[in-house]
Amino acid sequence: MEVPRHWRLKKQRYALVGEVCPHCEAKIFPPRDVCPECGGEAKTAYAFSGKGEVYSFTRMGNAPAGFEEQAPYTVALIKLQEGPIVTAQLTDLGNQEVQIGMPVEMVTRKLRSDDGEKGILVYGYKFRPAMAA
Amino acid sequence: MEEHKHVKDIVNKPSRHVGIIGYGAYIPRYRLPGTEISRIWSGQATPGPVKEKAVAGLDEDVITMSIEAARNAVARAGIDPQLLRAVWVGSESHPYAVKPSGTIVAEAIGAPEHIQAGDWEFACKAGTEAFVAAMGLVGSSMADYALAIGMDTAQGKPGDALEYTAASGGAAFIIGPAEKALARVDAHYSFVTDMPDFWRRAHQKYPEHGQRFTGEPAYFNHIYSAASRLMESEGLTAEDFKYAVFHQPNEKFPRRVAKQLGFKPEQIEDGLLSPVIGNTYAGASMVGLTAILDIAAPGDRILITSYGSGAGSDAFIITAQEALLERRGAALSTQDYIARRTEIDYATYTRFRNKIAMK
Ligand SMILES: [Zn+2]
Repeated sequence: MEVPRHWRLKKQRYALVGEVCPHCEAKIFPPRDVCPECGGEAKTAYAFSGKGEVYSFTRMGNAPAGFEEQAPYTVALIKLQEGPIVTAQLTDLGNQEVQIGMPVEMVTRKLRSDDGEKGILVYGYKFRPAMAA
Repeated sequence: MEEHKHVKDIVNKPSRHVGIIGYGAYIPRYRLPGTEISRIWSGQATPGPVKEKAVAGLDEDVITMSIEAARNAVARAGIDPQLLRAVWVGSESHPYAVKPSGTIVAEAIGAPEHIQAGDWEFACKAGTEAFVAAMGLVGSSMADYALAIGMDTAQGKPGDALEYTAASGGAAFIIGPAEKALARVDAHYSFVTDMPDFWRRAHQKYPEHGQRFTGEPAYFNHIYSAASRLMESEGLTAEDFKYAVFHQPNEKFPRRVAKQLGFKPEQIEDGLLSPVIGNTYAGASMVGLTAILDIAAPGDRILITSYGSGAGSDAFIITAQEALLERRGAALSTQDYIARRTEIDYATYTRFRNKIAMK
């Protein structure tokens, strides 16, 4: 059980909330309080638009512990519109083929159940093929 | 008429006028055709009471679907979610038995900490019950904005008649002051009695239904009573409405109750989604209303009446405003979600809906 950690990470996980650097405007995800571009202190919360594209992807046949119920699934590196690259599951693919450069958008989904049927449900971001015009 | 006067006194009109500031639908991607269910249970692929139903994916539940519908509502409202004073989710499939869905939805959409966030339950009218409460909160000036959601991932017992229709989906509405609304809520009336038509006891996975109670004394009596009394008290008849939407457990019931109330088929066509998405329970009448708001013109009058087993109906008279035209393009339309469609077979369905015991 990792309830305290899940609780601490909920803002960034539920809604892709990172940071923006007050010195050089760089958008930062995940939040780390220091700007990777200019090294300055960066603690201002910033909600990402959730729009991006597939940078790279791999299909997971053998899922790690806690994710077995969802296998097989696709994990991708997503290049966000604002710059940073995040790792996330793709979802709602239907019969759609995944391609590099495919436009995707963030959705909040059930990631897993912590400790089986009786533990807490962990929610967080995934990406699906972009629906919005 | 004596009764006429009496009804007029109990129709709800908050002292501060309220309306819908933003709305949003959510319907999952997957569809299970009725012929696929009958193929499994009767050996013949005969059509069911609806063509197909919407099925939530493996990683979806009432909380994730409520988050997306709520984000759509916030986008159309054009307000900072920090202004919300309530995040209310009505459902009969809350993921937790104890722990509110509302707190997770609120956190995900950026609502503040000073909110009401208890969950609502009243079978298929849990969402409109939250809607009425939101009207009260805003109408009394305790709040400027309140979010009411009706959402379900409805489950039918495998092989039961309800399995053809029990579907996933719903809608979210932000209620606020009428002068900022896309659609004004003119009046509301509820009709509730104790009715043993459909229930699920604690710790039971699937609901039970009292066969002969589901039609006439339950669905038809409650919807007819709520809708006809509200219209009568307002001095309106079916002809005064451009659109009407009723709870839709199948295709036949809403068509029949509409006819009883004097509505023509063309008045209910746009809000009748059950033939292509099934019965989304707490979401059913509300998601129908979103499909109407997607196309309504300013001045169009809409009647919406929910039905929840147990039993009760909430009826509302709603009038579309000019702002609807400017703001409804800010989020995906209900038909966008219906058009996103991937057909699945019964085996995939049982996996998605957790009907396979893994241990
Ligand atoms: Zn910087």
